[in-house]
Amino acid sequence: MDIVLSILIHSVAFTALLYLISVGLSVTMGLMGFANLAHGVFAMIGGYVAATLITAVHLPWWAAIALAPFIVSVLGVVAERVLYSRLYGKSELDQVLFSIGLLFVASAVAQKLYGPLLIQVPMPAALLEPVRVLGVSTSSYKLVLVATGATVALAVLYALERTTLGAMIRAAVENRAMAEGLGLNTSLLFSGTFALGTGLAALGGAIGAELFPITPAYGFVYLVYFMIVVAIAGLGTVRGAFIASFLVALTSTVSAYFVPEYGTIVLFAAVFLLLLARPQGLFGRLS
Amino acid sequence: MTDRMTRRTATRMIAGAMGGALAAPLFTGSAAAANPVKVGMMLTTSGVFASSGDIMSRSARLYLKHDAPAILGDHAIELIERDDTGPNPDIAKRLATELITRDRVNFIGGLQWTPNTNAIAPVLTSGRTPGVVMNATGAVTTRLSPYLVRFSQTLWQSCYYMGAWAARNGMQKAYALVTDFSPGHDAEAAFHLGFTESGGEVIEQVRMPIRNPDFTPFLQRVLDAGPDALFCFNPGGPQATTFMRAYAELGLRDRGIRLIGSGYLTSDEELPNMGAAADGVLTSHFYSAAGDRPANRRFADLWQAEYGDVLWNELAIGTWDGMAAICRAVADTNGADDPDAVIESLKSFQTADSPRGSVRIDPETRDIIQNIYIREVRMVDGVPQNIEFETFRDVKDPWKERNPA
Repeated sequence: MDIVLSILIHSVAFTALLYLISVGLSVTMGLMGFANLAHGVFAMIGGYVAATLITAVHLPWWAAIALAPFIVSVLGVVAERVLYSRLYGKSELDQVLFSIGLLFVASAVAQKLYGPLLIQVPMPAALLEPVRVLGVSTSSYKLVLVATGATVALAVLYALERTTLGAMIRAAVENRAMAEGLGLNTSLLFSGTFALGTGLAALGGAIGAELFPITPAYGFVYLVYFMIVVAIAGLGTVRGAFIASFLVALTSTVSAYFVPEYGTIVLFAAVFLLLLARPQGLFGRLS
Repeated sequence: MTDRMTRRTATRMIAGAMGGALAAPLFTGSAAAANPVKVGMMLTTSGVFASSGDIMSRSARLYLKHDAPAILGDHAIELIERDDTGPNPDIAKRLATELITRDRVNFIGGLQWTPNTNAIAPVLTSGRTPGVVMNATGAVTTRLSPYLVRFSQTLWQSCYYMGAWAARNGMQKAYALVTDFSPGHDAEAAFHLGFTESGGEVIEQVRMPIRNPDFTPFLQRVLDAGPDALFCFNPGGPQATTFMRAYAELGLRDRGIRLIGSGYLTSDEELPNMGAAADGVLTSHFYSAAGDRPANRRFADLWQAEYGDVLWNELAIGTWDGMAAICRAVADTNGADDPDAVIESLKSFQTADSPRGSVRIDPETRDIIQNIYIREVRMVDGVPQNIEFETFRDVKDPWKERNPA
């Protein structure tokens, strides 16, 4: 029983982090049809910004975590207007080459500014103390992570399914030409969604720095996890991104516990089989 | 931070990002020397492992600045740095060939990675170029070419003696958790032999995938098995810190499970990131930045005067002693023109005042004989440090002792 609970608690914490970072990627890929391999860069920048706010500006951890997403969103909008928008409608190869190039550049800039080593996003020591939840030893940090992930998931779900803005985004994902025909300013919508997506990634990067440490290689190292979440969720689905994050987290935790030698093989094989059966992902639609 | 981004650094950065191998020639000694002795330094200065190459490069330059002139006399040494970008044997082989045939180097130093060093061994042999291993730790490496001499350690040296010490000091059951790559396998085998030879029992050995985002489930399994000691080997860097955090979070220490490993588990440069989570971890290594020896205090002073707050670790010491041996060989052979005479000099290298203590090269195996220190992480003024408290003196590579050529 202990084991089941322990695996569940740690999976849920991992889920929260994966979801925070990946949901933006899922929505922007679904909305703009842009194969953005550089999404993790914004999570990385979120981590660096939060670290700088704490160590140089002396903000408390909470404030830095809350502020970093807004700063990165602004950066995201600039990147979208100046760089990404040029490649809308271009071939996927162009988009992949551009975004992987951006990944290299961002990584080199991060290394120049912050050095090659891991950068701490220093948090209150109390958050790292072990606590017991239902008899399982974990840290209050992970509880904060779970609470943040759950709040964001609910907020995003509500915003997309219950607000006019959400309806506009969904309409543009479904059929962009029709949405434009009805007078939606998709260009503005794209910028807004990109800002939201990069902001959430930054939140994930900053708050998740204990699990996914902030280094210049961040964008490369975790790319495969973000892509897996989007691939098995299907494009443009926030509910799917949540369930996919949970499946990825659960699979890697369970397999690491029971068959440690085959930990990642189990995950990759499962993704492989799933995509053979449903290339559009669990919740995506074939276009 | 941004004020440090001048236009020049930006240009350099872009050049670096484009993947060009950056050559950084450096001269020392008298300007009169017409033909400097060339030392190709194969380092990793980009990508995930860039910090390690950076430490080695800094250490080499520090040695040339402070200690080399007295040994070299009229000779000069030119460093030619090449970026092997990480454990990439094919790139290493190409770089080694270029260094030997085009740059006509007298030595190839650096050599951070075992797979890279193994790959260039035949190139060194056919090019008759001495290779000075300043970090790679694979036991078999020095057997692959008569031109390879090692100044770092074999992983067997530290892991074998960690096992021996643990079994002799009250730990009966151990659980071994290593990353599934070749150094991990070496560490596992060496620890297993050292621990069981001294009467311990390894109850389970698990290999973790190299791309592993979360250590918690692995450690949960260790918790359930309830050993006296958890022996761990991971690739270091960011993984070392996340591992340490997970170890503290799951409360293994409170259940009486001691974390032990080679020195890479609590690398001097990562230790500040680990903070109190690493308190009490036991490791074995050939060097600690906190080592209380006059030569080490001098090294620390020189380093801090030159590089300020930048931290260093054992990589700096393998490089420091490797450079010392190179300078000695240049002086002994009056210019290092005859590779076989150079190898003879390198093979007979010994010093009593390396920052790590006294070391010498075993002329039979061209591998290093040195002290292995057992250390415990202790908080000194709130900062964790690797404090040496017991020493296995002048040990050879245990793998070669058991596997004669």
